Amino acid sequence: MNLLIALARFLIFPGLLFAVPAAWMVLWLERKAVALLQQRIGPPFGQPFFDFIKLLAKDTPPRSGVNGMLMRTWPLIAVAASLGAVGLLPVLPTHGGFEGDLILLLALMELPAICLIIAGFSSRSLFGEIGSAREAVLLVSYNLVFLMAVVSIAVAQHSFRLEALAAAPLNAWRYLGLLAILLCLPAKLHVNPFSLPNAEQEIYSGPMTEYAGFELALWQLSHGLEWIAGVGLVAALAVPASAYVWLDVVSILFVGFILVLALSLIAAATARLAIDTTVRFYWQCTLVFAVAAISSALFMRLRS
Amino acid sequence: MKLWKRLLCTARRRSPWIFHMNSGSCNGCDIELIAALTPRYDAEQLGVLLQGSPRHADILCVTGPVTHTSAPAVHTVYEQVCGPKAVVAIGSCPASTNVFIDSRVIVGPLSKHLPVDVFVPGCPPRPDAIVRGIATAANLLAERSDHPAKADPLAVCSVNAEEVKS
Repeated sequence: MNLLIALARFLIFPGLLFAVPAAWMVLWLERKAVALLQQRIGPPFGQPFFDFIKLLAKDTPPRSGVNGMLMRTWPLIAVAASLGAVGLLPVLPTHGGFEGDLILLLALMELPAICLIIAGFSSRSLFGEIGSAREAVLLVSYNLVFLMAVVSIAVAQHSFRLEALAAAPLNAWRYLGLLAILLCLPAKLHVNPFSLPNAEQEIYSGPMTEYAGFELALWQLSHGLEWIAGVGLVAALAVPASAYVWLDVVSILFVGFILVLALSLIAAATARLAIDTTVRFYWQCTLVFAVAAISSALFMRLRS
Repeated sequence: MKLWKRLLCTARRRSPWIFHMNSGSCNGCDIELIAALTPRYDAEQLGVLLQGSPRHADILCVTGPVTHTSAPAVHTVYEQVCGPKAVVAIGSCPASTNVFIDSRVIVGPLSKHLPVDVFVPGCPPRPDAIVRGIATAANLLAERSDHPAKADPLAVCSVNAEEVKS
């Protein structure tokens, strides 16, 4: 029975069967929202799905040897990791089944970014290498804040278990931590003020410059799944648990929808920052949030 | 299998990603191509995305009369676009080398170098004509995935003034 529940979570909700269409939906929503804010009509409904199908059937340039094999493998690992992260999201309360904890979720959420860095370097393209270097610097700058915020949430509830965190009553400290996570999301999802690794006017497509066909399709899918994992984590932790499961699910989806719109608004309204400004932003300005969150959480714990 | 083929046709028609290649153009057509992507003409309604890397593109949009210096680059970029692909020649220059005809630095027109699928004449062509040219090329790609031999390799797209006014 436990195995069945675990499989259902990974394959149906919030895993594969839900997450892949939801990823296309989020990618479409982001493009459409940016288009509407620029007074355009924007892409028709389901555009990322058609892009995915078209890319699947396109040729890939011939690649030989270990390097070619690696270039085919990185997007697969990225998709698998982000699917795993989405499958772990504490959306439904499980009675038994596979209970992942926050540390596993964080590891799975980091893996696509690391795959992207290695993929850029293994493509041996100049633009790919610059994009990977930028992604690595970005990873170091926002992860300090991101991890501190996540740890503060966990410390405040005395637990790293996702189920316990999602079920625990909300307090002001958690919102402080969630705010710090929200500040990291634009960098994690490469949307506009921090779209450094895929800055198309500067370095073409960054790490993905050499990727074509189904590899590119998988990168797009993994990007969409990263959206679902990041936004879903914030939404699942922000929505208080109610008596009804369906009410929880609907309110998590609603909060996620609002978050996607808000991130698109930021993307449409801002210009790209330089890499040094980005690092300074995260290490000087945003760190204050994370430190406040973690110290208040520790204080709470010492008092109780 | 038939369903997959039909889905693929639709996907190719609805998601043309373009790569813009300047082969010695005067920048007139390039401005109009960019205008086709701006809010006023908004080619993204048809799923058109301007890609930075030729590896991601389906449709190669070439402007300019193909100068001696740019000819090797045109060949390289065409090889870098992954199949199935189409070529759209934007402006009169790639079609006929236009006012630069008989110049000793011009090795055009473009059809000497690449199999051109759609010509969009004009000096420069209107953005609506460019959007229509890209849409025609996307339709060609979709038709070819159905019947490789049937599709008409040459198409000329223009929007005349009366049509725009109405």
